[in-house]
Amino acid sequence: MSAVAAMIDVAMIVVDGLDVRFGEGAAAVHAVRDARFTVAPGEAFGIVGESGSGKSTVLRALTGLNPDWTGRVAIAGMAQVAHRPREFYKQVQMVFQDPYGSLHPRHTVDRILSEPIAIHGLDKADSRIERVLVDVGLGPDFRFRYPHQLSGGQRQRVAIARALVLEPRILLLDEPTSALDVSVQAEILNLLGRLRREHDLTYMLVTHNLAVVAHMCDRLAVMNQGRIVEEMTVAQLRAGAPREAYTRQLLRASIGYDRQAAEALKTFD
Amino acid sequence: MASETNRIDGEGLRAWLLAETPRSRAQSRLGQAYVRWLHFLRNPLAMVGLVIVLALVVVAALAPWLADQSPYAQDLARRLQAPSPAHWFGTDELGRDIYSRLVHGASITLMIVGLVVIIVGPVGLMVGTVAGYLGGWFDTVLMRVTDVFLAFPRLILALAFVAALGPGIENAIIAIAITAWPPYARIARAETLTIRNSDFISAIRLQGAGPLRIILGHVIPLCMSSLIIRITLDMAGIILTAAGLGFLGLGAQPPMPEWGAMISSGRKFLLDQWWVATIPGIAIFVVSLGFNLLGDGLRDVLDPKGK
Repeated sequence: MSAVAAMIDVAMIVVDGLDVRFGEGAAAVHAVRDARFTVAPGEAFGIVGESGSGKSTVLRALTGLNPDWTGRVAIAGMAQVAHRPREFYKQVQMVFQDPYGSLHPRHTVDRILSEPIAIHGLDKADSRIERVLVDVGLGPDFRFRYPHQLSGGQRQRVAIARALVLEPRILLLDEPTSALDVSVQAEILNLLGRLRREHDLTYMLVTHNLAVVAHMCDRLAVMNQGRIVEEMTVAQLRAGAPREAYTRQLLRASIGYDRQAAEALKTFD
Repeated sequence: MASETNRIDGEGLRAWLLAETPRSRAQSRLGQAYVRWLHFLRNPLAMVGLVIVLALVVVAALAPWLADQSPYAQDLARRLQAPSPAHWFGTDELGRDIYSRLVHGASITLMIVGLVVIIVGPVGLMVGTVAGYLGGWFDTVLMRVTDVFLAFPRLILALAFVAALGPGIENAIIAIAITAWPPYARIARAETLTIRNSDFISAIRLQGAGPLRIILGHVIPLCMSSLIIRITLDMAGIILTAAGLGFLGLGAQPPMPEWGAMISSGRKFLLDQWWVATIPGIAIFVVSLGFNLLGDGLRDVLDPKGK
């Protein structure tokens, strides 16, 4: 895998010196500081960190939802500016954290899935919608339902189907399972794994859950206070050999609640 | 036998409407509407409102058949007669049958309300959603214009516009519409501000949709329910403003049987011939109440936050 990735010298995502600031003057927040990483085609790359570490902000800068960033971002070999052309969204799609908030409450599944097809002027809308619904394990029965007639897991499948309907090469996943209950989480993770193999997708996953990263990803970056403190492979994570003290603390916290661990928690600046 | 098949057909339709897995766009949309209708049926006061409004529509549509006399036919020998079998609601100062004038006035009231809503709804909705969604300069300019209109008392501003445009029912409608849109723009903007940062708007932006598609297809459907509720509740106010303009002689002109103008002409005889002013007053009251009850019922059905 890594040998193949090395042969293709065009990385799928290149981020270099990415800075994101919100606000001005004394109230300014430096949300992301000098982030740099590359993601190879077909790779699954994770960013982990606690709430407010800036991991979702990186994702929003990559999608163009947040235009206030500086640095260099290249996706599929194309340098990106703040405003993205329509074509960009055929390459890159995103799945949001909360499936209760990411589907329009007054639109049927059919409308949700046919909208991207209409925007990009693609043909054969019916067969595309039916295919993608089968792909995410829902089937045609769900096509004309409203989101409030679906469970959380079904909603997230619809959100994944919406991301896939344009047949993108990159899928950005913003905590795709954290709003779901545990048994459904496993289903969605397995679905995402299968879709990645079948459609040859590149994943970038943002989460606070190290187990999810270990399950889904090949490599990961650890973020704290807007900085990437460490980058490593999942094998290194599994071996329990992080270099940085912050990563070790995160790893310990992720195992479960432990009074000793909780008392030993430190802030790393 | 026939009733048996009808009942089965009725149940089949009901099952089709409430199907868990609709087979087509039309079915899921109709099913949704049916669920709302069932919810609406459970509110007796709202049903009273709906019946009053529907009755107004029916009376307006069937006015030539419901009224046995011309609303304009004068009979000075029989002026200011008390209610009797010949004239159910009596006659006015020119001997015209008040019942017939009332029935013919229903369509005028309906026209005023309908035209004002057709002008005000889309204008308020577009100004509010565009200002709220685009923000920045659009927001500042559009909202300051709205503020200017809100700064005047509504009836006074309507009076000024009618005075400038000249008295008449069409100008009264235009004047009411000009003064009535700002609150709707405010509501639409407030709704848009809560919607614009939600994930489903981010999601459609990530699909490559432009502002026009997002505002028309995604923001406006969510603003519609609060706007419909507000408009229905405001209809009483619109009717009263129109009646007020008619009363002041700036709205409908004689001999038009507009209810406000009828009250105005009956004012002079209020103590001795009470029915001339009171009957159209009761009509305005009942119709306004009907719209208010309907609006309250619609709020229960349409407002997603209420559930």
